[in-house]
Amino acid sequence: MKLVVVGHGMVGQRLLESLAARAATRDWEITVLAEETRRAYDRVRLSAYFDGVSAEELSYDVPAGVDLRLGEPALAIDPGSRKVTTAREMLTYDALVLATGSYPFVPPVEGADRPGVFVYRTLDDLERIREYAAGKRVGAVIGGGLLGLEAANALRLLGLATHVVEFAPRLMPLQVDEAGGAVLKQYVEELGVVTHLGAATTAIRGERPGSPANGLVLSTGAWVPADIVVIAAGVRPRDDLARGAGLPVGARGGVIVDDGCRTADPAVYAIGEVAEIGGRCYGLVAPGYAMAEVVADRLLGGAATFPGADTSTKLKLLGVDVASFGDALTPDKAATDRLDVVYLDPANKVYAKLVLSDDARTLLGGVLVGDASAYPTLRASLGGELPAAPLTLLAPAGEQADISLPGTAQVCTCNAVTKDQVLGAIAEGCCDVPAIKSCTRAGTSCGSCVPLLKQLLAEAGVVADKSLCEHFSYSRAELFDIVKVRGLRTFSQVITEHGTGGRGCDICKPVVASILASLHNEYILDGEQAALQDTNDHFLANMQRNGTYSVVPRIPGGEITPEKLIAIGEVARDFDLYTKITGGQRIDLFGARVEQLPQIWQRLIDAGFESGHAYGKALRTIKSCVGSTWCRYGVQDSVGLAIALELRYRGLRAPHKIKSAVSGCARECAEAKGKDFGIIATEAGWNLYVGGNGGFRPRHADLLASDLTTEELIRYVDRFLMFYIRTADRLQRTSAWIEAVGLDYVREVIVADSLGIAGELDAMMAQHIGSYHDEWKATLDDPVRLSRFVSFVNAPETPDPTIQFTRERGQIVPLQIGTVTPTGSVT
Amino acid sequence: MAMKWETVCPYGRLETERGIAALIGRETQVALFRLFDGAVHAIGNVDPITGAAVLSRGIVGTRGAAPTVASPLYKEVYDLRTGECLDKPGVAVPVYPVRVRDGLVEVGVG
Ligand code: SRM
Ligand SMILES: Cc1cc2nc3c(=O)[nH]c(=O)nc-3n(C[C@H](O)[C@H](O)[C@H](O)COP(=O)(O)OP(=O)(O)OC[C@H]3O[C@@H](n4cnc5c(N)ncnc54)[C@H](O)[C@@H]3O)c2cc1C
Ligand code: SF4
Ligand code: FES
Repeated sequence: MKLVVVGHGMVGQRLLESLAARAATRDWEITVLAEETRRAYDRVRLSAYFDGVSAEELSYDVPAGVDLRLGEPALAIDPGSRKVTTAREMLTYDALVLATGSYPFVPPVEGADRPGVFVYRTLDDLERIREYAAGKRVGAVIGGGLLGLEAANALRLLGLATHVVEFAPRLMPLQVDEAGGAVLKQYVEELGVVTHLGAATTAIRGERPGSPANGLVLSTGAWVPADIVVIAAGVRPRDDLARGAGLPVGARGGVIVDDGCRTADPAVYAIGEVAEIGGRCYGLVAPGYAMAEVVADRLLGGAATFPGADTSTKLKLLGVDVASFGDALTPDKAATDRLDVVYLDPANKVYAKLVLSDDARTLLGGVLVGDASAYPTLRASLGGELPAAPLTLLAPAGEQADISLPGTAQVCTCNAVTKDQVLGAIAEGCCDVPAIKSCTRAGTSCGSCVPLLKQLLAEAGVVADKSLCEHFSYSRAELFDIVKVRGLRTFSQVITEHGTGGRGCDICKPVVASILASLHNEYILDGEQAALQDTNDHFLANMQRNGTYSVVPRIPGGEITPEKLIAIGEVARDFDLYTKITGGQRIDLFGARVEQLPQIWQRLIDAGFESGHAYGKALRTIKSCVGSTWCRYGVQDSVGLAIALELRYRGLRAPHKIKSAVSGCARECAEAKGKDFGIIATEAGWNLYVGGNGGFRPRHADLLASDLTTEELIRYVDRFLMFYIRTADRLQRTSAWIEAVGLDYVREVIVADSLGIAGELDAMMAQHIGSYHDEWKATLDDPVRLSRFVSFVNAPETPDPTIQFTRERGQIVPLQIGTVTPTGSVT
Repeated sequence: MAMKWETVCPYGRLETERGIAALIGRETQVALFRLFDGAVHAIGNVDPITGAAVLSRGIVGTRGAAPTVASPLYKEVYDLRTGECLDKPGVAVPVYPVRVRDGLVEVGVG
């Protein structure tokens, strides 16, 4: 039998997945007609595209056995003869599913067709916006709803001064009430977005008819300048195919379907935003998914019906948590059969309202602005009894009492999964969130229920498995405490007394090596410790793809004398090493064979260099800008501080590498906010930022303390680093660690000494600084240590014959020796 | 042809739970490992995934009962007894006979 699906959007995709999950491809030959030229993607996360998430990452995998025709829209359907026409051919069907979604509504405003006016619905729209916005200064968004605020954020991210025009007297009129809207407005304006509320756009103006937009005229008479205009004024169902075929549509559009998602013609279904079900169209993905499930069931002979929809939403808009659920917008006074419980904290910009039945027992709906941590619990309680007193539920995160939901409560609304179903999955052996996801689908869509899933796991007594590897059932932090408290010095002691058997592996050995190094700071390659080190630490250099090593001498703060530059140049020339300036303000020499490392380092040490620890999970570089010494804007000596800090923390081993930077003023030329700890000069001293990261998941650092003296700064950095070293997980950068433990907590420990361990942290750092030694110098001074730097134990001088180079742009490059298929983690 | 034993180095040159490379003839690279219990194993030194001669520089350990080494490049783990890659079925490195005689390590070739 033949199934034709029209539209490959989120809901069409969900239908395909459900059919695949039920092995329906055996009964149905499935063709999908898609208007867009790319396969379905996560439209809900569309705006992430401006945060650097690629189109590919947003896209879904198409189940096997589906004939997907990209860029081939359906032009007409004929229910009588069961035929669909495309520009290429005529297809026959036994069942047809319309999943054509919506189109953005563009109000009939004068000038809406000018260049520079866009809508916000597809990846192509976003690409066009990004292209057009380059070099522009001001943007305006028409529409202050959910979509409008997302678009406004996008314009901000593109570097434009941003205006939002909303017809209603508050932002997000469909989701939040008046008081919530006021708090939201406060947030949005603090971000520099100018709001124009209670105003309609009467015209989009440009210099001449047909020339690009340069501003908006509002019904209030105001003029809003705008080089680019994004219209986000709502959506309309794409019901044209159905209309053309004579299938009934609703008064405000939308293909009318029954609770089995069937149109007036039983062979034609409609799902998602294009469908009008129970008298309404839904502009959210969860109801669409529910419809997709209904149709998947029906196509296999079932009789599922649409269970009704929850239109709850939770968003993080412009960094503000906003949530609305259930029946939140009942007029505050008129209704006598319901009670409003309102919580307003203007100082912290938190607003919450719960709508309860008149006996104050049943939760009917609510609105949260500023702090939505209670959302998963509240939403799951909708229509049922409140699991705790209202104010307990609304109390800021962390102060919440134990709350338990009834088993029938829907934990994941996107996928209609109840608490009982999740508990059932846990009982059947799902022991972490990914397992629950794949077994129940809970948490796989908007993700807002994931905290609740974690809570259920914890309640069920499933302890998240933090075992390092098969040899230790402890986390790195626990192992750190064990080693420290018991004063253990060797891996053998650690594994025989605290391991689970065996002799370790490439995961636990480097962890123990790093803990021993952080605690004792001894030469890392003596005795048993030698066996623990990763190859990079073992040879004090970074292994490259062809088995050669790179050499990175320390260049503190990026400052270097001409003599030292010449010395590096001479070494590179004499050993014929590929030479490159790194992203960390220093110089990397590549292509050294293992037996050459000691000779190269002898030359570098003679010229006054020391190890740069590019190979270690250790302090890397402290970048600097020129600062007040030279720069006309500088307010402090950033180079001097960077050098002092790099020398203070050099050689410090940690759960992961540590990077830092110091900028001489707020222009931030050293990019300190992208570092594990970053320092920015102020007129009064230094601001200290922590938890920044470039790399895989970039994160801007958070301000820990401001206007510090140099002495205070150093004290806080000392404690920050030692607290991180003691408590972080294996390979956890400070960014992830801060998110796990919380910035406020870290601040309390470091600044207010809330745990009373500051003295101990200070002493640990003092011990590190006092025992610093250059590893390369220590190696060269000792013939035994040197003996491992040989190519072959029986032919120490013979170069590895597999290492071969060719030349490119005047320097050596490795000759490709094999096909590299990276697998595990490259650390 | 009968197996020839080639002497590569004194046993004392092997570090506990580390490897070292030896060159047999002009081309054959063997990675020698000394385990915690003193046993010696020899496998091919070339990492089959990358073609780089680096296995002797990986971390030695155990997986279940198997003594192992993890390739230092992309961390695939090999069983030192069989040469089999425990992470990628079908991938393996050669295993060489090895013995200690009069304090000298000998590798069987031919
Ligand atoms: C050489 C250099 C690239 C360059 O030519 O510029 C480089 C090279 C490597 N980086 Fe990097 N990174 C270099 C700057 C950076 C930067 C930029 C910076 O430091 O300002 C970043 C982003 C900033 C950050 O870390 O937050 C960076 C983010 C990474 C990451 C991702 C870390 C993350 O948290 O997501 C890795 C992978 C890892 O560490 O697990 C990585 C890993 C590596 C490794 C160690 C990969 C490896 O195991 O072979 C490369 C070693 C090269 C070698 O043998 O020397 N490199 N790497 C840079 C050395 C800087 C230095 O002087 O020490
Ligand atoms: C920026 C943004 C943010 C959003 N945020 C949220 C959110 O936080 N929460 C939430 O629940 N929802 C959100 N939504 C709404 C959500 O994306 C939609 O509800 C969902 O995508 C609807 O799925 P659908 O398959 O019905 O329609 P769509 O995903 O729009 O897919 C319809 C597809 O059909 C194609 N099509 C149309 N006509 C034809 C034809 N004749 N032939 C072939 N193909 C055709 C279209 O090109 C489109 O690709 C957001 C939407 C946007 C744009
Ligand atoms: S950060 Fe400031 S002091 Fe440093 S170079 Fe930039 S403008 Fe100059
Ligand atoms: S509620 Fe959206 S994924 Fe669970």
